[in-house]
Amino acid sequence: MASAERTEGVRPRISFYKDHGQYHGILSWILTKDHKRIGLLYLIFVIAFFFSGVVLGFFMRLEMVAPGGTIMGPQTYNSLFTLHGIIMIFLVVIPAIPTIFGNFFLPIQIGARDVAFPKINLLSWWLYVSGAIVVFFSVFTGQGPPDTGWTFYAPYSLRTTVNVPLAVFGVFILGMSSILTGINLVTTTHRLRAPGMTWKRLPLFVWGIYSTSWVQILATPVIGITMVLIILDRFFGVGIFDPAKGGDPILYQHMFWIYSHPATYIMILPAMGIVSDVVPVFARKKIFGYTAIALSGMAIAAVGSLVWGHHMFVSGQSDFADILFSLLTFLVAVPSAIKVFNWVATLHKGSIVIEPPLLFCLAFIFLFSIGGLTGLLQGALAPNLHLHDTYWIPGHFHYIIFGGMGFGLFAAFHYWFPKMFGRMYRRKIAIWAWVVMLIGFNIFYFSMLLLGWEGMPRRYFDYLPQFRTLHLTATFGSWILIAGLIIMFSNLFHGLFKGEKAEDNPWKGATLEWQIPSPPPTENFEKIPIIQHGPHDFKELEKNG
Amino acid sequence: MDEAKESVFEETKDDTGAKLGMWLFILSELILFGGMFILYATYRYKNPADFHHASKELDVILGTLNTIILLTSSLCIAASISAVRKGERKLSMYLLMATMALGLVFLVNKGFEWTTKIEHGIYPNSPALLARPKGEILFFGLYYIMTGLHGLHVLVGVCVFSVMLVLFVKDKLNQRRFIPLENSGLYWHLVDIIWIFLYPLFYLIT
Repeated sequence: MASAERTEGVRPRISFYKDHGQYHGILSWILTKDHKRIGLLYLIFVIAFFFSGVVLGFFMRLEMVAPGGTIMGPQTYNSLFTLHGIIMIFLVVIPAIPTIFGNFFLPIQIGARDVAFPKINLLSWWLYVSGAIVVFFSVFTGQGPPDTGWTFYAPYSLRTTVNVPLAVFGVFILGMSSILTGINLVTTTHRLRAPGMTWKRLPLFVWGIYSTSWVQILATPVIGITMVLIILDRFFGVGIFDPAKGGDPILYQHMFWIYSHPATYIMILPAMGIVSDVVPVFARKKIFGYTAIALSGMAIAAVGSLVWGHHMFVSGQSDFADILFSLLTFLVAVPSAIKVFNWVATLHKGSIVIEPPLLFCLAFIFLFSIGGLTGLLQGALAPNLHLHDTYWIPGHFHYIIFGGMGFGLFAAFHYWFPKMFGRMYRRKIAIWAWVVMLIGFNIFYFSMLLLGWEGMPRRYFDYLPQFRTLHLTATFGSWILIAGLIIMFSNLFHGLFKGEKAEDNPWKGATLEWQIPSPPPTENFEKIPIIQHGPHDFKELEKNG
Repeated sequence: MDEAKESVFEETKDDTGAKLGMWLFILSELILFGGMFILYATYRYKNPADFHHASKELDVILGTLNTIILLTSSLCIAASISAVRKGERKLSMYLLMATMALGLVFLVNKGFEWTTKIEHGIYPNSPALLARPKGEILFFGLYYIMTGLHGLHVLVGVCVFSVMLVLFVKDKLNQRRFIPLENSGLYWHLVDIIWIFLYPLFYLIT
């Protein structure tokens, strides 16, 4: 089971693209045990699903451009927001960074040749693909795609005639994939660090993935069992959440959010890790408060697992629970704020180099701060009564998930692109894409915040005339945002095939992945390196030439 | 793997890593069942009388018998691991087979228990069950799900052990390399310990 079962001859200098191992053609990819190839497999699928989610979102916004039914009926709209949620949450934002960049870079950054369990890593990918296929079938078979919202709230999910069980089963399989990835990366971090790679010398991206992996291991089983219970109810009528048979639907909500709230930290923690490593590289300065950032990630993972009840303030849970969950929600803001302050402090008096990865990180800090502060507003009990189930909520979480995790992901694309593909994209166009996306994003989602503030309920396909202007603005913003996405991705695709050859270390980073060729050789390192300095020790790097 | 190839890699076989991975997996399994235990606790708290009546209907003797069987099987697998460590390959294989046999007997017993209940008309969504108080519907719902999920784990365990048996035959399990057997033993103890909680919760507390 250990990493070095590959007894093939060592060919250290050949790029992993050229070393196809024991299989050829497509099999050399879908049966690979190389962590870098598996990372790229995830990359392809995540991008494909991201665009399906974007298309669904585009049509939802188009429907909302004017009051009344514009291009679709209410049932279609219900399916659209459900699928948009399922695809974006379970197939894109939860797996994206740990599976693509965690797989590709975590072993390199700690000085290892692969993850701890390469076969299980491949199994995770196959489970991910299987889960995706099951979700895909749930759309086109049975009595229509699910219409419950991505939360599958009982008892409606038990009653609706559409294809909920299949979708829920897909989520269950995706959960298994997520758990196995978590186990793999935790074990890798514990066992395969190179000599001298102490915990205090780990790149902060590794810390981000490490804390995320713990949440994946400890929280995901709960949604697994909850999804199983829905399936059992649909097929055998067991009735654990069915009030007609004594079940308690609020208990369903608890079970669902025990996973799904920590899941938001599965989304954001790796992105925070990326920002914590990218900012120092472009400020040419050691990160401010390394230990604070590393430990605040663990604190977010721990406290974040105890705040799920803030999704249920109006569900009828006890006042005591409300107060407790509200308090814990405020507590979790503390470690998040520590990180934001430390990033800003790192930039302070740094020799800042403006490059696309840094710009995406700055966007992260800005958008995440708005998302975080709006989160505090709705985490307080009295305003929550007003804001609950309004457009404010999707506005808030898109600031966190898209503005935070999404822009973190884009930062990672632009930061590691030259290392992964050995080529460079056109930097000026990347900066233009960043500008366009940032403008579109804020026009779009800030309108949503305002709509919610004025009382527009979420998940409605129609609205009162007074919301017309803001809805029009939001839809307009969505077009700008999509235009920015198209510019960014076409620029990256262009770079992939036609970009100039990249140097091994174009950003002058001090972490291990920049000290090996681009793209990396199969075994990553000719000899396992001996680590003598931290991840942001740029002076040491320059001294050694 | 022979010595010459081993020297190529600094980290060749990481037994500690393999065990750590297994423990993490067990942790996630515990939380999977933990979700069910939360449901049990909540519903028991809400319907104490119904749970009391329903639990009296379960066959304590059969439950106790199964507890003894499963504990004995756990003993067998622990002994099997000790045996392989000492190089007693044959003994280890016999003990492994005994574990599998006991696991299967457990499942047969469970099957008898379930079919008896089903013959009495007590199964999810059955008319006889729906006519009862809501707490009893929940009790039997939880009974079927939790013992069913546990039974599924027993079945998986037996399958894993049969793979171990094949590894034994191919001499891939021996005195020098027995981590797969040790890990499947860990998994079996997990199955065991979950039953240790299911048994009193369903059969003994009334």
